[in-house]
Amino acid sequence: MQVIVCMKQTVDLQQIRIKRETREPVLEGLPMVFGDMDKNALEEAVRIKEKHNARVTVLSVGTPKLKEGILEALAMGADEACIVVDPSCDGSSPASSALTLSGAIKKIGSFNIILIGEGSGDNYSGQVGSRLAEILNVPLITYVRELSIEPDNVTASRDIEAAIEKVRTKTPLIVSVTSEINKPRRAALTQILRASRKPLNIWTLADLGIDVEAIKSANSAIQIISNLAPQQERKGIIFEGDLDESVEKLVGALRKEGALP
Amino acid sequence: MKGGILVFSEISVGAFELLTKGRELSKRLNFELSALAFAKKDMNIHSYFEYGAPKVFIVPDDTSGPPNADRCTHALYKIAKENGPDIVLIRSTRLGKEVAGKLAQRLQAGCITDATSCRVTGSELVAERYALGGNTISTEIIKSKKKVIAVMPGAFEAQPSPVQGKSELLDLGEVPKRVELVERKNKVGESVSIESAETLVCVGKGLSAQQDLYIANDLCAALKGELGCTRALSSDYHWISEDRMVGISGKKCKPKLHVSIGISGQIQHTVGILSSKLIIAINKDKEAPIFKIADYGIVGDLYKIVPKLTRKIAPASN
Repeated sequence: MQVIVCMKQTVDLQQIRIKRETREPVLEGLPMVFGDMDKNALEEAVRIKEKHNARVTVLSVGTPKLKEGILEALAMGADEACIVVDPSCDGSSPASSALTLSGAIKKIGSFNIILIGEGSGDNYSGQVGSRLAEILNVPLITYVRELSIEPDNVTASRDIEAAIEKVRTKTPLIVSVTSEINKPRRAALTQILRASRKPLNIWTLADLGIDVEAIKSANSAIQIISNLAPQQERKGIIFEGDLDESVEKLVGALRKEGALP
Repeated sequence: MKGGILVFSEISVGAFELLTKGRELSKRLNFELSALAFAKKDMNIHSYFEYGAPKVFIVPDDTSGPPNADRCTHALYKIAKENGPDIVLIRSTRLGKEVAGKLAQRLQAGCITDATSCRVTGSELVAERYALGGNTISTEIIKSKKKVIAVMPGAFEAQPSPVQGKSELLDLGEVPKRVELVERKNKVGESVSIESAETLVCVGKGLSAQQDLYIANDLCAALKGELGCTRALSSDYHWISEDRMVGISGKKCKPKLHVSIGISGQIQHTVGILSSKLIIAINKDKEAPIFKIADYGIVGDLYKIVPKLTRKIAPASN
């Protein structure tokens, strides 16, 4: 069985600073990390492998920093990595990401299951799984929090806010997972050491037979005109020291604000 | 032929919000407005006319829960495909987001999900959404001819504006069934919608055991508020149901009063409470980022502070 996991590297969102004067985010020099739900997807793939003898290929589109970053995914249990590193992929939209991923998936060849997080760590648009399912013309099961693989069938439990659905379909398919599905493992030191010896394929768009113009055209559907921190005007009155006094002052302030029932 | 705007939500109140926005956009663009409804037997189509839908496409739907995503996608595609509406507004629920991505791919459309606002500027359709994990708000124009926007629930207030509308039965034909539904359990009773709470109390990892949740619940009761939580308490610890998870992958709330207890203030969580009118933070770490977005705060042990606060607010009930 072949399992492909799509992951996205972003800057470490916890470490973003905002320039006070311009409200612009400072992204230079930040470490790159995979999104939390991307790791849930990878963990699920590795669990499938442990149970069903599958081969896990991790797939990612990104910057040259991926060459190093992808080792983490290999250390967590993927057998092989395919990364697409191409300057034309910079600043890609969900539409172009899906296009690039579909090209890479075709190059990998056949697959039984594609796993993906329900949303990326940074933009959480949730579009890529849907778009990929359309391009590859395979079933999609979204928001999965429990997955079981049988010889012919895949059964999943999915959370759609108002209901929990149990659904079934046949492979090949795409599954998007929520953070509830599992708790991703930390890679063991021995695995980290072994990761760099696992196969790593580095591809450009040309290797995938994707026309740069097609990527440009997909990206041109959305034009970002600004990306700034929201304006926050908060009072910032923080009480410290004696707790009784602090609580007293807080309740007094809340009453003044008319915020208490 | 005139352009058009098509709105879709699996629940009526969502459609009314989108119709209200759709009226504004269609007036600006001189577009025709229409809606798609997956109608259960008891659906009152006139309520759509009440909110200003001149035309409603109806697909009869006898499923007990939300309609099937592929059927929704197919219906919207069918209406939008030929000379039909250029702009499709969808409620950004889990179903809505799945449908938005699929529809956009089929229409070769630019798509924005979880939009917090949208407007027409000149002849451009502009929408805003959170980006970089909630650190920023991205303002984006959809340039493609067909445009799909999934709008956050509650982003617009529904306002009635009755019209003489007409409805049309939409024949979907055969939609290939790619995924078989084995069982659906509607979440009964506790269908909380903390998004609309006027007072919201959120707890995080500062709480060290599940049995201590009463501390937050007591404060909730005193404030007549709803309880929310961070991702850790819901997804990792399973102490609190996912319906109450607040943040970029959870609920986005805009209460009048928000009390944050034992939450450090990672952006993935705080993006869900940034629109609160008043933010109160209680945390033992003076340097915690939550204090940077707080109106009032107390630095100290939540186990001591919160019970004191509860007693002070509602002395009678304790």
